Amino acid sequence: MSEDEELPDLGGGATPNSNSTVVSIGGGDQNYVSPGPDQVLENVLENVLCFLTSRRDRNAASLVCKSWYRAEALTRSELFIGNCYSVSPRRVTNRFRLIKAIAIKGKPRFSDFSLLPPDWGAHFAPWLRAMAISYRALEKLYLKRMCVRDEDLAIAAHSFPILKELVLVCCEGFGTDGLAIVARECRQIRVLELMDSVIRDNEVDWISCFPEDVTCLESLIFDCVEAPINFEVLERLVARSPSLKKLMLNSYISITQLYRLMIRAPQLTHLGTGSFSPLEIVAQGEHEPDYFSAFAACKSLICLSGFKEIIPEYLSAIYPVCGNLTSLNLSYANISAEQLKPVIRQCHKLQTFWALDSVSDEGLQAVSAACKDLRELRVFPVEALEDAEGPVSEVGLLAISEGCRKLQSILYFCHRMTNAAVVAMSKNCPDLVVFRLCIMGRHMPDHVTGEPMDEGFGAIVKNCKKLTRLAVSGLLTDRVFNYIGQYGKLLRTLSVAFAGNTDLGLKYLLEGCPKLQKLEIRDSPFGDSALFAGLHHYYNMRFLWLSACKVTRQGCKEVARQLPGLVVEVIAWNEEENGTSEDVDTLYLYRSLDGPRADAPRLMVRPSLIMLGKALFNYRAGFPLAALKISPSSCGFHALAVEPSPAA
Amino acid sequence: MERASAYENDLNLKATELRLGLPGTDESSEKQSLRNNKRSSAEMDNSCEKNEQESSPAPKAQVVGWPPVRSYRKNVLHQRNESDLSGMFVKVSMDGAPYLRKIDLKVYKKYPDLLKALENMFKCSIGVYSEREGYNGSEFAPTYEDKDGDWMLVGDVPWDMFITSCKRLRIMKGSEAKGLACL
Repeated sequence: MSEDEELPDLGGGATPNSNSTVVSIGGGDQNYVSPGPDQVLENVLENVLCFLTSRRDRNAASLVCKSWYRAEALTRSELFIGNCYSVSPRRVTNRFRLIKAIAIKGKPRFSDFSLLPPDWGAHFAPWLRAMAISYRALEKLYLKRMCVRDEDLAIAAHSFPILKELVLVCCEGFGTDGLAIVARECRQIRVLELMDSVIRDNEVDWISCFPEDVTCLESLIFDCVEAPINFEVLERLVARSPSLKKLMLNSYISITQLYRLMIRAPQLTHLGTGSFSPLEIVAQGEHEPDYFSAFAACKSLICLSGFKEIIPEYLSAIYPVCGNLTSLNLSYANISAEQLKPVIRQCHKLQTFWALDSVSDEGLQAVSAACKDLRELRVFPVEALEDAEGPVSEVGLLAISEGCRKLQSILYFCHRMTNAAVVAMSKNCPDLVVFRLCIMGRHMPDHVTGEPMDEGFGAIVKNCKKLTRLAVSGLLTDRVFNYIGQYGKLLRTLSVAFAGNTDLGLKYLLEGCPKLQKLEIRDSPFGDSALFAGLHHYYNMRFLWLSACKVTRQGCKEVARQLPGLVVEVIAWNEEENGTSEDVDTLYLYRSLDGPRADAPRLMVRPSLIMLGKALFNYRAGFPLAALKISPSSCGFHALAVEPSPAA
Repeated sequence: MERASAYENDLNLKATELRLGLPGTDESSEKQSLRNNKRSSAEMDNSCEKNEQESSPAPKAQVVGWPPVRSYRKNVLHQRNESDLSGMFVKVSMDGAPYLRKIDLKVYKKYPDLLKALENMFKCSIGVYSEREGYNGSEFAPTYEDKDGDWMLVGDVPWDMFITSCKRLRIMKGSEAKGLACL
C-alpha cells in the first residue's frame, strides 16, 4: 500500500470560515437572501469534492485557491497523519471538521528494534484530547507505533459513541484493562484488531465484557494478546456474532478449542488458528475431534495464520482449504520442507505466503513449483543470529524467482546470498514493488565470488521499474548507492545498514531519488557533508533516520538552521554538562508545521535527547527571543526550550 | 561506529558501567568481514577497513537491533525452542479450569515452592509427592511434558533436570495420574 504525503502548508494555511455574499433580489421577500456567486461555487464544489476519496487528489484540490481549500476541508472525512509530530492535533481539528476515520503513525520503524528509548514519545493522548472534542462522530481509528494507555482507551470509548473500527498495530502502553473497557463501552464496534502490539496482562477477563446480545462484530484479531482467554465466554461470543468474518486467536487457544469455534463460525474468511496444538495429553487412538471436517466446512476461508505452537502432525487438517487460500502465514511454525510440501502443493491460488526459514531452500522450491500466483513472500529466521549456517540461501531465492513470476513483494532473511541470484530475480520478477533482502551477517559479500553485493541490488533498481521500497544488506560499497540514485526514481522507502564507504554513498541517494520519503540508515560512514546534500529535499520527506553514522552535532545544527520547518532530534552519548560533545548517536529529522515537540523524554541516564528546531535558530534570522532556557540536569538530559517572542 | 545502545531495559546500566578501555569502543565491535573475505581483492579489503574499529577478530557479540527481527517474533519462537534469557515460562493447564496460565520456572528453587505456587494459582490441593506412590491420595496431581514429548509426574526427576526439560505443565485429576507414577 503506497502512502501519500500531505504536503506541508508552509505558508501557514488559512483557517476556514464561511463566506457568503448577501445579495437582495428585487423588492420581494426581504428575508430571502440569495447566495452569491462565490457561495454557489462553493456549494457545487462541496458536492463534487465528496467524490474525491484519494488523499493525494484532495491535497491537490486544496491547493487551488482558498475557496477550494475551505470546501475540501469541510468535506474530507478520512485523515492520514504519517508522522504524529509533523502537525499539532489542534491545527488538524481546526482545519478538518468532519472526520470519520483517522490513521495516525508515531514512532519510526527502527524503534521496533530497540533503537529508541522506551519513553521516546508518540503518545496518543494529545491527539485524543483534540479528537474527543472535535470528532465525536468518529467511526474508525487506526494507530501504528503509538503509545496508548488504558485511560486513553477509556476516553476513546466514551468520546466516540459510534466507533466501529479500532485497529492498533505495533502499539504499546495498554493492557487487558483497556480492552475490557473497549469491549464493554463500544457498542457499535465491528472491527477490533490488535496486531504486533505489546499488551499487558492485567488479569482481566476482557472477552466477558462484550455485551450479551447479538454483536455486530466482523473482525476480532487478538493473536498478539499474551494473556489467558476465558474460552467458554469466547465460544458464546463467536456464536452470537453472525457477521464475524475474521477471527485471529492467541496461543492460549488449543486446537481442540479452535475446533469448537470453527464449527460455530463456518462463515469465517480469515482465521488465526492460535497454538494449533492440543492442551491435554492425547494418547494414540484416543478420540479426537475431526479437525479435517471442521476445515472442510469453512468454505469461505481464504486466509490462514496462527500455528503459534504447532504440532506438525496436525497440519494435514488444513488440506480442505488449501485450494482456496490466497494467504497463508506459517511464520511461527517451525516446520521442515517435508512437512510443508504436502500443504503447499495444494495451494494453487496462494498470493501471500509467510514462513520460517526452517522450510529451507527445498521448501521454497516447492513453493515455487506450486504457487504460480504468488505476489508476496516473507521468510523469517528461526534463529535471528548472524553466526549461523542457515537453511535458506540464494538457492531458495533463485527458485522463487523462476517459479513465481508475478512476485511483487519479498522480505527474505538469509545467511548467504549471491549477486547472481539477486540479478536473476530482478529479471524474472519485473513487477517487484518491494524488495527487502536481509543477509544477516554484517558486511557479508557474495559467498561464491567474494564480491560486494552492489551488482545484485543495482540490478534490482535497474530492472524492477515499479520498485518503491528497498532494503539492502551484505557487503556494499558506494557503488550500490550510485546505482540506486541513478535508477531508483520511484523509490519512496529505503533501509540501509552497515553499508557504504564515504559520504558519496548518501549523496548519491539524496541527489538521485526525487521520490524518497523515508530513509533509515544505521551503522554506515555518512557524515555532515552528505547530510547537507539533502537540504533541497528534506521538506519533501516523511523523515530521515541516521544512527551510528558520522554526522556531528555541528552538522545537525546547521541543517536545523537552514531548514526552519524541520525538527531535528539528536540522541547523543557521552553528553557533557555544557553540551560540547560532537558525538551524535541518532539523528531523526522530520518536517513539522508546529516546531519541536514538548514531550521529549526526560532520560534518567545518558544518552540525552536534544531537540533542534526552528525556534532555537530564529535569533539568527533576527527574531528576538523572550527567553532561552537551557536546563541541564544531573541526569545528563539537556532540554533546549525556547519561549516564542510576542513580537514574532 | 557500532555501539551497543541499551534501550532494552530502562536502567541503561551499560552506559554507566565502569570499564577499562578507550571511550567509544566496546566488545560488540565486530570482525565478521575479516573472516569472510578470504577471497576478497585488496581493493575490497581497503573498503572494509574503513568500517572497522579494531583489528583483531572477536567472538561475535550481538549488536542491538540486528538482525532486524521484532522482539515479539523472537520471543514467540524462543519460548518454544529454549528458555528465554529473562525467564523460563511454561504454560500450566488444569483439568476443568477455563484458563491456561503461565509461570516462570526460574522463580522457584525447589519442588515444594513450585507446588505451593500451583496450589495458590489454581486453588487446589496437590499434596505431597512420594517416590513410591506419586501423589496418591491427592485430589490433583501435577504432571509435565518433557523435551521428548513424554508426560511425567512432577517430582520424578531432580529439580535441575526438571526445569531444563519441562515444556509445559498439566494438573490432572489425581485418579488419572495413577498411571504415571514411577515404580
